[in-house]
Amino acid sequence: MEQKTKLKTRLKEGEKVQGADIVCECLLRHGVRTIFGYPGGANIPIYDALYKYPELHHILVRHEQGAAHAAEGYAWANGIPGICFATSGPGATNLVTGLADAMLDSVPLVCITGQVPSPLLGTDAFQETDVLGVTLAVTKHNYLVTKAEDIAPSLYEAFYLASHGRPGPVLVDITKDAQTAYAEFHIPLPKKHLEGRVRLQATPKEVEKIVSMLNSAVRPLIIAGHGMLLSGDGKTLLQIAEKQDIPVTLTQLGLSTIPSTHRLFMGMPGMHGNVAANRAPNEADVILAVGMRFHDRVTGNVAKYAQQAKIIHIDIDPSELGKNVKPTLGVVGDAKMVLEQILPKLSKRRNPQWLKRFHQWKREETEKVYKKELHAPHLKSAQVIAEISRQTKNKATIVADVGQNQMYAARYYTFNDYNTHITSGGLGTMGFALPAGMGVKSADSNREVWIVIGDGGIQMTIQELATIVQEKLEVKIALLNNNFLGMVRQWQELFYKGNYSEVKLKNPNFQKLCDGFGIPSLKAKTFKETREAISKARKKRGPFLVEFVVEAEENVFPMIPAGAGIADMIVSPKDK
Amino acid sequence: MAKNLSTIIIWSENTPGVFFRILWLFRRKMFNIETATVGYTEIPNVTRFTITVSGNGDQVANMCKQVAKLVNVLRVEKVADEKLISRELALAKIQIKGKGEKGEILKIIEHFRAKVLHMTKDTFLVEVTGGEEKIDAFYENMKEYRIIEFVRTGRTALFK
Ligand SMILES: Cc1ncc(C[n+]2csc(CCOP(=O)(O)OP(=O)(O)O)c2C)c(N)n1
Repeated sequence: MEQKTKLKTRLKEGEKVQGADIVCECLLRHGVRTIFGYPGGANIPIYDALYKYPELHHILVRHEQGAAHAAEGYAWANGIPGICFATSGPGATNLVTGLADAMLDSVPLVCITGQVPSPLLGTDAFQETDVLGVTLAVTKHNYLVTKAEDIAPSLYEAFYLASHGRPGPVLVDITKDAQTAYAEFHIPLPKKHLEGRVRLQATPKEVEKIVSMLNSAVRPLIIAGHGMLLSGDGKTLLQIAEKQDIPVTLTQLGLSTIPSTHRLFMGMPGMHGNVAANRAPNEADVILAVGMRFHDRVTGNVAKYAQQAKIIHIDIDPSELGKNVKPTLGVVGDAKMVLEQILPKLSKRRNPQWLKRFHQWKREETEKVYKKELHAPHLKSAQVIAEISRQTKNKATIVADVGQNQMYAARYYTFNDYNTHITSGGLGTMGFALPAGMGVKSADSNREVWIVIGDGGIQMTIQELATIVQEKLEVKIALLNNNFLGMVRQWQELFYKGNYSEVKLKNPNFQKLCDGFGIPSLKAKTFKETREAISKARKKRGPFLVEFVVEAEENVFPMIPAGAGIADMIVSPKDK
Repeated sequence: MAKNLSTIIIWSENTPGVFFRILWLFRRKMFNIETATVGYTEIPNVTRFTITVSGNGDQVANMCKQVAKLVNVLRVEKVADEKLISRELALAKIQIKGKGEKGEILKIIEHFRAKVLHMTKDTFLVEVTGGEEKIDAFYENMKEYRIIEFVRTGRTALFK
């Protein structure tokens, strides 16, 4: 993506410069403004060149994993690739978790790592790791560059691949001698075989088939996922839903594609999803699945999933069609573009009977779950999230970590605005939220960012509090402290006879920790304190952490036990 | 050799690491590669892989889609056997014990239109080409004697 606004490029076509300069020039020309990174021996020439490019704002993280997650948050908020720098060996291996996370959640990243000088490759030199080999499994593609003249072509391809088709992380490993050698700077020509690869639109025949299946459906259901969110906006999806009165469910990574308050929004399917969203697939006659991948956390046991339904599956990645669930009709294309193709051809209709069913399910969940959670006499995580939602008028961006806190965030925040829910869905990486939230804020300072995280997760990347302070990033952190690895404890309580094996945490004093980092904080133990603390956190400029002391042994319900069918959902503890 | 093999033909750029990426992906998706042959083709800088795997039709079809996502891969096809002429080559070193055996072995060689590439006082080094069944049969016949070494290349194929 070339920047449209005026930009002060440094290099002229054909100018002879060092490889490291070419790296910076390519980033600049791709519209990069922010880099998350960490220097070391093998990428020091790139850092030297960076000195000449003040418009490339570098954020010095405290651990390379933080750089990768921050870049993910940045990409998620901005829709363009997030950039990471790391040195060879340990620098590069520290990126691996973040790359794996980005790979599973289709987040575009371009990571540039330094590598030992090419004559030393393969000699087990100081800080040499076979980064190409190590990251093969966790990148969409990767490059080893040993010559300065190959830097620009590799980076152009990396940007192209990261952001086209199904997005993903791309890593470019550049040897130190390639960074220091001189080469002519040339803008590379586009590679033909890369460009022809992505199919965006459905054929007229496919469009006709989708339309006829939907027009004749009696109990239609839409399940939209991250692909829908990534394809630009949720408007077309809503238009289709409204025109045909189709209930819409959004997977965890699809949340915030349409407002949670919309009358046709029926919640999130999945292990801790909503009753309606989980029951509907087994009663629908036609399912329109767009930009989602029938993940095992969504379907439960696939053999017991939507057996009676005709499934239309639209995805930009051809290999997703038929991978987990065999569709009646599989269509390769961009979620929004294909929906735009079918919208004008759909007939108008109403489904009052079918929608009634959803309202029954919703009532059931309200009675059995919501009321209990939200009106409990002692502080529960659900209340904390619902209160954040209320005070932020449903307009904050929620960056959730992993575990119970993540499920509470997804279930109890009311998402009003498009693309305001970010989490680690596919990999479930504890420690994601703190650096990712930092990345979101640095991408878009207008957002009110709330990081929701557990006492376990925050300690996985807690060092990034220092980055937040150094960069003056105004993020608000909701630490849900239950003094347990809550989600694992829940499994042990429900499925392992209550044997709490290694889940109890003796935690540090989080207030003192915050003091040490220079972040103001508060502790809330009651709902009243919660209300006040959130309000204070929002009023105070700069970062703020609130530690909510929530019920130690609370459980997230509903729950579909791992491996069970969606019909075996436990709605509330009594069902078990 | 395993039965019910599917043949997958892959055309890729001839760049370093391509072989590794493709083989890695088969392992990643839990496929066991039965045979793989690789070589240059009529197109400059294009490498062609002929890979055989066992697995049901849907699994193999999805495997092809996964391979197609590799950036260096230009084209992938799962090809039905009827559409291909396929061959493999085998080399065998056979021990000869006495005159009688020598004649018998030569008869088998002749029958399979195999070629003797090298001969010592008491060994034959034989080359045989053909479909898998022919190579299997050749091996079965030679097993009656002492096979010192035996290798086969696995299937390579062209479209009819
Ligand atoms: C890096 C990593 N290690 C282990 C796990 C397994 N795991 C999933 S949820 C969870 C508990 C999380 O505890 P905490 O962060 O306190 O959040 P809570 O569930 O209590 O809200 C664990 C250990 C994981 N997802 N990620």
